[in-house]
Amino acid sequence: MNMSNATNRTDADESGPEQPEARVGLRYTLSQVKRDPTALAGLAVIAFMTLVAFIAFVDGVLFDFLSDFTFFANLGIEQYLLANTFWVNPVVDGTGQILRPPVYMTNQLYPDQPGTWAHPLGTDHRGRDVLIRLFYGTRIAITVGIVATGIAMVLGMLVGAVAGYYGGWIDDALMRGSETLYAIPFLILVIAFMTAFGRNLTFAMIGVGIATIPTFARLIRSRVLSVREEDYIEAARAAGVRDRDIILRHVIPNSFAPILVQATLQVGVNILIIAGLSFLGYGAQPPTPSWGQMLSNSRQYMLPNPWFSIWPGIAILITVVGFNLIGDGLRDALDPRINN
Amino acid sequence: MSEPILKVENLKTQFFTEEGTVRAVDGISFEVNEGELVGLVGESGAGKSVATSSIMRLVEDPGEIVGGTVTYKGKKIVDFEEGPDGELRRSPEMLSNEEMRKQIRGREIAIIFQDPMEALNPVFKVGAQLREFIEINRDVSSKRAKEIAVDMLREVGIPEPEKRYESYPHQFSGGMRQRVIIAMALACEPDLIIADEPTTALDVTVEGQILDLVEDLQQKYNTSFVWVTHDLGVVAEICDRVNVMYLGEIIEQADVDDLFHATRHPYTEALLNSIPRPDQSVDELNPIKGVMPEAINPPSGCRFHTRCPEARTVCKEVHPTYQDVSDPDESSHFVSCVKYEDVGYDDAESLDTEATDAFSGGLVEARGDGQ
Repeated sequence: MNMSNATNRTDADESGPEQPEARVGLRYTLSQVKRDPTALAGLAVIAFMTLVAFIAFVDGVLFDFLSDFTFFANLGIEQYLLANTFWVNPVVDGTGQILRPPVYMTNQLYPDQPGTWAHPLGTDHRGRDVLIRLFYGTRIAITVGIVATGIAMVLGMLVGAVAGYYGGWIDDALMRGSETLYAIPFLILVIAFMTAFGRNLTFAMIGVGIATIPTFARLIRSRVLSVREEDYIEAARAAGVRDRDIILRHVIPNSFAPILVQATLQVGVNILIIAGLSFLGYGAQPPTPSWGQMLSNSRQYMLPNPWFSIWPGIAILITVVGFNLIGDGLRDALDPRINN
Repeated sequence: MSEPILKVENLKTQFFTEEGTVRAVDGISFEVNEGELVGLVGESGAGKSVATSSIMRLVEDPGEIVGGTVTYKGKKIVDFEEGPDGELRRSPEMLSNEEMRKQIRGREIAIIFQDPMEALNPVFKVGAQLREFIEINRDVSSKRAKEIAVDMLREVGIPEPEKRYESYPHQFSGGMRQRVIIAMALACEPDLIIADEPTTALDVTVEGQILDLVEDLQQKYNTSFVWVTHDLGVVAEICDRVNVMYLGEIIEQADVDDLFHATRHPYTEALLNSIPRPDQSVDELNPIKGVMPEAINPPSGCRFHTRCPEARTVCKEVHPTYQDVSDPDESSHFVSCVKYEDVGYDDAESLDTEATDAFSGGLVEARGDGQ
């Protein structure tokens, strides 16, 4: 209690008398998030996952780049450069024992041979190292989560902001249209979309993005309805600013806070959804590693090696929880009623 | 005298609500000459703000301008003509929405809003906002717009304008923000500024500073003003001519001195009497009795008769004509009151209204009983 008071006082002193600390803006929001340990934990998880995903991504790009040169191709470089260079165990189909248990553990197949550090999390049904596949699967999870959410956020914001700003028949048309999307069961919508356009990861992201447009459209519309009545919008109109610029520069930035919170939570949800799609065979196609697909494959080996299904499940869980924690933290930071 | 830059004739704006048609502005006419400060006064709900947004053509649904003419420097901002079926329709001369936005708003006519706390976008630095408006309306490069913006901030008395250019609205006090908003209005060099109760939200000392500033700038740039307010003190301070509005109509219009010293309309009279003075206690206040009726269903005859201390039976039946009643030595003085018409006011009996019997204390007593 005393400590937190002291902290507050120091903050106030530092900000100086003439420029009171704003209760809006990125810096303030971040300072609020920093005081929230659970949000910080979420941030740490996401930062870690993103770092892993980034390394895996660079790995992929590097391979694409190097494999264009005959010199490297002749050396016999293979995909998953990093793993193949620094890890003794191959990632590709292979040679290893299948369905090995994790280190120090045993399973039905190997009752007398506990797992070794060679495969800390065991191997899958083709003898590939689970840890390495989880590592490269992060790339897909994070990318699809963020890209699908980004698509939904951008399109949803435009639809909702235009609908809310103009009102009348434009509002009716856009919102009824997006409610039609809501009315169709989510997975069926995405699967139908992918069946029509292509059964790969790109269309999975676009499909999920489009299917979640209504969430964002409704959210921002409700904010825009109050923002558009503000005097500064009227002032901009009276100064001859175009409607397009009013929506993009004045309406959307002022309606953005709840969208940011929703987007953070939605990333977690979308990771789950796309893992679900991969499980059904509608996500990343083999041999590209993805968590959902690993889960799907592990289903048949639940009894001989249950560890195979536990690890991708834990990876999904941690990532989704991370995004949820940071989303909750942001919501608290951006909600003036919760602020003291 | 030269042609007025703004000429409003018989302007009508109505709101079509479920309860019925609200005649918020019902046939008002006034003019603004070059370099003139014209006041528009009235109680809350008199239609002042609707009148100004009608001039800018910014009336929002369900409101609609249904008649009249607004001419700005020969351009028809609002103009109606009779169609073949006898219905009024927009005349071809009336500016399109696109033309309004590009030619009139900001560039020719600017607005200063009432609440400086609300009229600046909280997520933008004030400089960026100022620059945006200048870029739109003055066809200058972004760099030049910034110079103009800083100059304007200096002009309206903001210290360290280069530094304040980078500040957010919440870092300004109310008075400072109103200066920024005035800078915004002036920066696009309009010939007419509509000020919608610009000092109402400020305290009196700041209000005085802002009024001085406006007077200085008005003389420097020779900008015309339409000054909307309910504060007669402000009117006396800065306006050249005054229009008094009641329930969507202008009921008196005169030069500021004539309005205060040769008041003609009982409503204006009552307004003047109701100004609190420091030497009065609350009991001695002399407010206008009753509240303004709903514009959805205005009283018959003279709209003020329900609250008029001088109401007589004839007021209920005859709608007064808006006419010039000036003395020969006076400039024009328009008023709409049956007192100045030959419709039998002098012979009619006094009407029993809240205002005429208020001296028996009925209203005050009733309010006391209610508590």
